[in-house]
Amino acid sequence: MNRRSSNRMEPSHIPTTPSQAPTAAGLEPFEHVVAEHGRTVLRVCRAILGPHEAEDAWSETFLAALRAYPELDPSTNVQAWLVTIAKRKAIDQRRAAARNPVPVNSLPDQPGGAGIPDSPDGQLWKAVGALPRKQREAIAYHYLAGMPYIEVAGLLGNSESAARRAAADGMKNLRSSYQGARDDE
Amino acid sequence: MSDLDGTARDSWQDPDSAIIRQLSEDDDVSRLHERLAAAAQSAGVLDVAYDTVDTPVGTLLLATTEEGLVRVAYPIQGHDAVLAQLASDISPRILHAPEQLREPTRQLDEYFAGRRRQFDLQLDNRLSPGFRRSVLSQLPGIGYGSTVSYGELAAMAGNPKAARAVGTACGANPLPVVVPCHRVVRSDGSAGGYAGGPEAKEALLKLEGAA
Repeated sequence: MNRRSSNRMEPSHIPTTPSQAPTAAGLEPFEHVVAEHGRTVLRVCRAILGPHEAEDAWSETFLAALRAYPELDPSTNVQAWLVTIAKRKAIDQRRAAARNPVPVNSLPDQPGGAGIPDSPDGQLWKAVGALPRKQREAIAYHYLAGMPYIEVAGLLGNSESAARRAAADGMKNLRSSYQGARDDE
Repeated sequence: MSDLDGTARDSWQDPDSAIIRQLSEDDDVSRLHERLAAAAQSAGVLDVAYDTVDTPVGTLLLATTEEGLVRVAYPIQGHDAVLAQLASDISPRILHAPEQLREPTRQLDEYFAGRRRQFDLQLDNRLSPGFRRSVLSQLPGIGYGSTVSYGELAAMAGNPKAARAVGTACGANPLPVVVPCHRVVRSDGSAGGYAGGPEAKEALLKLEGAA
């Protein structure tokens, strides 16, 4: 220890943060966006694309969101913004898959009817995949992301009542395929 | 019509809510998060990466930019508040990305284990403007286990009368531990204040054999 001495009066450290500037942009750290909405966006991607392709769409969605984030108006509904990006990424992925078909995600054949599903949700996911696109998306946006039908309609490009009907029809279709999954519980 | 609230209802009574619940079963997104952090880093859109490291003086928050380590923060400074401040001061493109903090974490572990006497890290000093920076730039010159007084540090920074401003600069040190403001003490030998709390300062001085 080689402490030097001084006669000068001096203050202590004054604990402050390095900068007291207000949060000018008003945007929270992107980490919070991922923590808050990551699971919801994954659900939406799974419902639109299926469990296997969903992860790539999720990654693309959040990377695009991170890129654009500093310019985002802080008053934006972040979840709706993310879902919009996810829809676009899912469409891109579908188009790419259509151009370059690769048989990676074909589900194994299962005996229909009373057969035991290969996984607890296997039958259900298969049923979701078999829905018409608008029904599938309406369920994803309304039931899984919790968006009101007026916003669902904006994403589907139809009316609020058509969006409501698409979700109801989709659920009706899933109910009829649901027996196997319920028996498995 | 069932809705999200319907998931609370008995699934045996309500197939809709059971379906929604099954479709909502959460996968762990931590692996996807890790992938995102790596992709963001290689795409050049990760402006601030952070991680936490457990130390004898509490869990420290470490944050880095492309240029280097930019922030070290004690628990009592509020990690969330510090991240929010980084979002406004630097960029909101902030992710938990431990991979980017490996080297500072390793050096801090060595330091707290008594196996490292100085840090060899790239630093990003953008959070310390003007006189503060000139004060803080003197600190690495105070060797491990040594201390100086606020007045002496003011003289080292070229303004012997600025002891109070020096105290403020030390208190606002965005890189405590790594930039050793804990080695600046009162002229009567007492440790003085510290952004990490007086106990943390005492602990660091004790670790270094200076108290």
